[in-house]
Amino acid sequence: MGRFGLLFLCGLMFSTAFAQPLVTFDNVEYEARFKALTEELRCLVCQNQSVAESNADLAKDIRNQVADMIRQGDSDEAVIDYLVARYGDFVLYRPPLKKQTLILWFGPGLLLVFGLVITVVLIKRRNRAPSISVPPSAMDRVETLLGGEENDQGIES
Amino acid sequence: MIPELGHFALILALFVAIIQAIMPIAGAARGHLAWIGMARPLARAQFGLLLLSFAALTWAFIQSDFSVAYVANNSNSALPWYYRVSAVWGAHEGSLVFWMLMMSGWGFAVTLFSRSLPEQFLARVIGVMGFISAGFLLFILLTSNPFDRLVPAALEGRDLNPLLQDVGLILHPPLLYMGYVGFSVAFSFAVAALLGGHLDAAWARWSRPWTTVAWLFLTLGNVLGSWWAYYELGWGGWWFWDPVENSSFMPWLVGTALIHSLAVTEKRAAFKSWTVLLAILTFSLSLLGTFLVRSGVLVSVHAFANDPARGVFILTFLGVVVGASLLIYAWRAPNIKGGGRFDLLSRETLLLLNNIILVVATATVLLGTLTPLLLDALKLGKISVGPPYYNFMFPLVMIPLVVLMGIGPLTRWGSASVGELAQRLRYTIIIAVIGGVAITWLLFGKASVMVIIGSVLALWVILTSLQSLWRRLRQRDGAIAALSAVPAAFYGMTLAHIGVGVLIIGVTYTSAFSSEKDLRMVPGQSHELGGYSFRFASIEKITGPNYTAQRAQVEVTNSSGEQVAILTPEKRIYRVQTSPMTEAAIDGGLFRDLYVALSEPLGGDAWAVRLYHKPFLRWIWLGALMMAFGGLLAASDRRYRIDVKQKRTHAEPINDPALAAQQ
Repeated sequence: MGRFGLLFLCGLMFSTAFAQPLVTFDNVEYEARFKALTEELRCLVCQNQSVAESNADLAKDIRNQVADMIRQGDSDEAVIDYLVARYGDFVLYRPPLKKQTLILWFGPGLLLVFGLVITVVLIKRRNRAPSISVPPSAMDRVETLLGGEENDQGIES
Repeated sequence: MIPELGHFALILALFVAIIQAIMPIAGAARGHLAWIGMARPLARAQFGLLLLSFAALTWAFIQSDFSVAYVANNSNSALPWYYRVSAVWGAHEGSLVFWMLMMSGWGFAVTLFSRSLPEQFLARVIGVMGFISAGFLLFILLTSNPFDRLVPAALEGRDLNPLLQDVGLILHPPLLYMGYVGFSVAFSFAVAALLGGHLDAAWARWSRPWTTVAWLFLTLGNVLGSWWAYYELGWGGWWFWDPVENSSFMPWLVGTALIHSLAVTEKRAAFKSWTVLLAILTFSLSLLGTFLVRSGVLVSVHAFANDPARGVFILTFLGVVVGASLLIYAWRAPNIKGGGRFDLLSRETLLLLNNIILVVATATVLLGTLTPLLLDALKLGKISVGPPYYNFMFPLVMIPLVVLMGIGPLTRWGSASVGELAQRLRYTIIIAVIGGVAITWLLFGKASVMVIIGSVLALWVILTSLQSLWRRLRQRDGAIAALSAVPAAFYGMTLAHIGVGVLIIGVTYTSAFSSEKDLRMVPGQSHELGGYSFRFASIEKITGPNYTAQRAQVEVTNSSGEQVAILTPEKRIYRVQTSPMTEAAIDGGLFRDLYVALSEPLGGDAWAVRLYHKPFLRWIWLGALMMAFGGLLAASDRRYRIDVKQKRTHAEPINDPALAAQQ
């Protein structure tokens, strides 16, 4: 209950007209790190809430734990390692890069590249066809006769 | 008696839906006039029966008939009447009936506003809708009957989930479902066109207003969901990347791609196969969203495995709908004739890029939503995918889209040149960059890279949208003539794109410049935040209709000491479901929101209090509303209505869509 003791002390030191933060730090950098960290941690017993948001007891415990570790000078990585060792990857809202999560981090990029390549190839292929110096009107006739087969494979057709 | 009537109406509706799924389509295939003619009456009967069934369920809620299990589980005699009505769609069974009511309502609307459609085509559309209705009705009747009786009847109901006792939740599901279900119309148009073997500009023109209207409802539904989460959940966030939110966001993203792709198909007869595929994909994602939300799989993979009846049914149905439509697609798509040619640099290509990016964005959300479920189901470990993932990935995907969005409307169809584009856009780029940096600096006195990117992009979209409108206006002399010569659809597009700019401003500034504080406060204490002073004046006990609450008074004064607002956040305990609920108090404004929530009592008069100062938050919803209103303008464009009049004078009893297109 050191936290409340500290709060009590703060209350004595400052005028009682000003409210005190629930979790106090000596410096601004610690406070910012605390905020950023708790926002990226999942409250394990809640529906889908971060440790920063939740009022659940577990979330409070984790908040205190994180605050203590930051005050003792532990790095963000040390805090995360500690929590993962205790609660598993589930506690992290930012999934770690692992074999199982490769698709999560690289899937969208690969899909984008794939989509772009397909698009360029298809547009080029489609535009190359009539450029064999056949007059457009003749091309149209050919296309009508063939039932437009040459355009069949394009997603844009 | 009345609940049985409602149940009976549902059963009848199922039979009507089955006939509706078979006869009109068979009639269209064989050219059987009488069968084709059954489409309209069947769709209307379907709507009438669902209206009856829905009314019966609503009646049971208003009367607090606790002999109906669903009512007993989700209502209470102390519940105010308006929440009793909204409780009808407050839980699983009722929301499905509500979904079906909407679905049949869309079908009814199609029978009313489609006089210009060839009867054969309409018959196919109605038939496909009948098939979907039959699936859902079967689902309701087999696994989720809201009219099941409770013997003996409960003396008192278990009450509606307190989170849902709120005006946002009265409106949010109806709008969302209107959007979800509305895409079934776009889907049905696409499958009907595939069945008929004629995908053409006419098909695109017919399905465009329907798709746009569905999209605008989904937009509004998402806005309301975001607004509700913001003030009701009490964490001051406006979007949580929750799987439930993602479920309605994915159809919105693909739906956005679809309305752009439809534009190309209508105007340039290009991307036909792709547009059809998007229409199928959009509705499939609506169904997937239904599966995720309704099967309980999101709450826990294991809960789903223990009681899989509902989930398995929807998943099977999803498989049938997607599988069947893709089969039809594979069968018909090779016969689709190509559209006009276009260069690598053309508006067509840019719109194709828009589609690719939106599909990639959808895939990102889909991966983020499904990967944890799959890993858990395959016993490969439990992971969480939350805001940090999406907040990293999403800007990467969306920033190029926003850049293209400015260029697209100023690019020629068919073939454009880099030189011409550069000439058109050079000043706009310069103004956007300088203006974006200057505005952030003036407003906040500081800026990070992301803030500058956001400001510049927002300005870029707004300026280019105005520029392309200006180019259209300049073509005519005289202000009035010029203004009235521009079609409503163009104004709609301009407004929606400016809305995106406004939304970007809201997202960027709220994310970067919000401040918040978790405090321990006793009456009399105050705290400074974002240039305002919040004074915790008092706390008192109050009694509501079905809850008791602690209510605080927080006086907010600005830097010059004037009182800005008195906020009264509450901590409520509902009598029946006794979990504590946070009612945040908000003073909203165009440029900043002040937000106070009570977290928990700390003993004595002390409370844990959360204070938030959120600049530009309302711009997010304002931008989204502009997008929805832009959709409304676009859907109301004259050309959709002129078509109706012209076609009506032509009187075509049975026709082929392809012929109609040539007129």
